[in-house]
Amino acid sequence: MVTLGPFLKRELRLLARQKADWLNPVLFFVIVLSLFPLGVGPEPNLLRIIAPGVIWIAALLSVLLAAERLFKDDYRNGVVEQLVASRQPLLAFVLAKLLANWLSTGLPLVLLSPLVALLLNVDMASFTAMVLTLLLGTPLLSLLSVLGAALTVSADKGGILLALLILPLYIPLLIFASAAMEAAGMALPYHGQLAVMLAMLLFALALVPVAVTSALKINVS
Amino acid sequence: MRAIFPIVDSQRPVIKHQPFSVPVGQLLLQAQSLSCIRQDRVLFEQLSLQVHAGELLQVAGKNGAGKSSLLRLLAGLAAPDEGLLLYCQKPLADIATDYAANLCYIGHHSGIHEQLTALENLAFWRAAAGLPQADDFALLATLGLAGLEDIPCRMLSAGQQRRVSLARLWFSRSQLWILDEPFTALDQSAIAMLQQFFLQHLTCGGAIILTTHQPLSMVYDGLNTVELAYRW
Repeated sequence: MVTLGPFLKRELRLLARQKADWLNPVLFFVIVLSLFPLGVGPEPNLLRIIAPGVIWIAALLSVLLAAERLFKDDYRNGVVEQLVASRQPLLAFVLAKLLANWLSTGLPLVLLSPLVALLLNVDMASFTAMVLTLLLGTPLLSLLSVLGAALTVSADKGGILLALLILPLYIPLLIFASAAMEAAGMALPYHGQLAVMLAMLLFALALVPVAVTSALKINVS
Repeated sequence: MRAIFPIVDSQRPVIKHQPFSVPVGQLLLQAQSLSCIRQDRVLFEQLSLQVHAGELLQVAGKNGAGKSSLLRLLAGLAAPDEGLLLYCQKPLADIATDYAANLCYIGHHSGIHEQLTALENLAFWRAAAGLPQADDFALLATLGLAGLEDIPCRMLSAGQQRRVSLARLWFSRSQLWILDEPFTALDQSAIAMLQQFFLQHLTCGGAIILTTHQPLSMVYDGLNTVELAYRW
């Protein structure tokens, strides 16, 4: 009986030992967002208008930054190959990777949202929308980036390929998430956008783990 | 779980809690006229072999002759370009999950994460084999790694890392082991110990397919060799 627990424990242990892997993307997110008020000027209204787009673009890029090395070590040291050979544990391994990836790159963005709201002069209504969209959107970002990482794991310089492959898939999320925040800023309802994001998340949740296991199988054969 | 015996006790009969699914002497794995082509080069063609329960098959051949490729085919990691693989008389593709559950494949790469300690690596492989967690201190001591359980594997020498990697066999419940160059980087005493342990597995009804450039020193009836010729 293969259980998820030990696999997740291993991933979290690795994250604790390789802090740069997840701290760098989180710092990148904060730095990019703190540069914007400096670059475009501290005009509060301007910042409020650009905030939704800027926050989400920074989130996309920071998650992408964390994705590249996701399977690299385990591919190089033969863990992936041997898990593919034994088949059964592969899905648990993938699910643990997904969960650990979200905990280390998605969750910090949600936790940092109050700071980001301060930096970009986000009002209370938009802030609520921002937290909700980040909660729904970051798991989807993790799912897609894990898929991209699995597809490009055997490519030597997979970074650019990964970005080309995954960024187009991020676009619907970017559109709906920033639309939700804009609607909230104008005191309009944004349930529709959230519902679409939830639908995308559930769709990805159902299909991506299977797609990742297949991608890993293809890459070792 | 199989009991762990130190080297001196290896002649003792092994008490097994669950026998292997295929009885000794029965046909376990069969390959029929396999071909393998890599980068337009035919590594081998019309290769047929049989492995019965209780047998060891050594795949020999020069560097680049296709030993690892053959092992990867047999492990179900890649599909042969031609030919058929049968496990218990059934095509491998049909019962891939059953086959994988009864297989322990340790490839050319160790399967050891360098940032994790020996204990943590073994805990991972226990979980991957669906086994409950257990205390591996005794096992690592048997393998001559006493005192090194708690340091990251990147600090260990190549031979010590190989020992950690092979430690998985000690708790494996799989009947068929496919091992790519298991003796690489090991010293003479470790090679002798590993061969003793192979002998135990074989006498219990297990089967082993391995590649090595070293002649095996073990004395056993069921030792077979396949020699792959290097082809242009």
